[in-house]
Amino acid sequence: MSTAKEVTDSSFETDVLKADKPVIVDFWAEWCGPCRMLSPILDDIAAEHAGKVDVVKLNVDDNPATAAKYGITSIPAVYVFNNGEVAATSIGAKPKQVIEREFAEFLG
Amino acid sequence: MATETSASVRDVIIVGSGPSGYTAAVYTARANLKPLLIASSVQAGGELMNTTDVENYPGFPQGILGPELMEQFQQQAERFGTEILFEDVTSVELDGDLKKVTIGTGQTFLARAVIISTGSAYRELGLPDEKRLSGHGVSWCATCDGFFFRDQDIAVIGGGDSAMEEALFLTKFARSVTVVHRRDSLRASKIMQDRALANEKIRFAWNSEVAGISGTDKVTGLTLRSTVDGTESELAVTGVFVAIGNDPRVDLVKGQLELTPEGTIAVEGRSSRTSLPGVFAAGDVVDPTYRQAITASGSGCVAAIDVEHYLAGLGDAAVPAAAAATV
Repeated sequence: MSTAKEVTDSSFETDVLKADKPVIVDFWAEWCGPCRMLSPILDDIAAEHAGKVDVVKLNVDDNPATAAKYGITSIPAVYVFNNGEVAATSIGAKPKQVIEREFAEFLG
Repeated sequence: MATETSASVRDVIIVGSGPSGYTAAVYTARANLKPLLIASSVQAGGELMNTTDVENYPGFPQGILGPELMEQFQQQAERFGTEILFEDVTSVELDGDLKKVTIGTGQTFLARAVIISTGSAYRELGLPDEKRLSGHGVSWCATCDGFFFRDQDIAVIGGGDSAMEEALFLTKFARSVTVVHRRDSLRASKIMQDRALANEKIRFAWNSEVAGISGTDKVTGLTLRSTVDGTESELAVTGVFVAIGNDPRVDLVKGQLELTPEGTIAVEGRSSRTSLPGVFAAGDVVDPTYRQAITASGSGCVAAIDVEHYLAGLGDAAVPAAAAATV
């Protein structure tokens, strides 16, 4: 089971948009096989970069409003939010080294 | 990044974890060769992980879900002592007696024999807007993304079995599914054709290819070009699922192993022997024609037996004494 905090349509503003550091949001669903592959990789990234970023998960089945707002049409979709804005995105399950490279500026 | 070389030399390393890789693992593990299978971190299980019902794998009369089948493959390989690493191979050095395999963490492994079973990757349309809109309406995985197209009009590109499977799956969500195909008849198997042709949500744009994908932030439509007279037309869709086939994944071995004109790894006759001794290849990466789970499995079995023979030929030092007793 993932260690990342679950965020919802109602907690998104507080937990993500108003967070005081960059937040990596994993848009996922139970039925998405690649999401299951990616989840432990994001847990690792969260553990290794705890001071720099938060990593949270948003279940698109349970929270359709947020998924629709950000135009999610493919999961896993991993978005980095910084100061309330989308700062970077990565679509699809990718190896840890690739995600670290794509999000390097937020991981320090 | 840690760079270390495991001191021990293994008998065999298997790269890839689809039906061919896992079958090779089952056979080499039962031959007591203690295989190391490097499965990939996010694509472990291979192509079947993104499918739903597998109805044509013998032994499962009611069908089985693709991910479930691969889970069983994995368990069977583990049962006989296969060591599985969920990491990605980033480079291989296949020359010489000892083969060197490096993974994403920088760690390297040595083996006397290697089985390359890296499968194939989805083919792209090759359009300039395809990458930009990927994840914003352009998709290669109906089971992953179909959910987001509830009550929308979408398109599936392709005319083979996988295109029909995607189209049929997508009818669960979409308002309409237009199958865009370059020819005037389908390549798909009869049973899949019949199902697709009978489905009232599925329409067909025959003799058509995709000339362009439009949309700024997300897909709004396709420009279709007639393969007969070149006329162009617009198709308003919010989703495009590309299922035009696969290309063998040979990036790792390019320049080291001989390839065929089709781009697959060249093997000798009915064997899995590649152009380098001690290097074997199996599954979709050697198969330009059949590319089924069952043919991949068979090919993985061939590779495992070829490896056994190869190691036996190297002399007793290379093969654990116990191997002979368990084969």
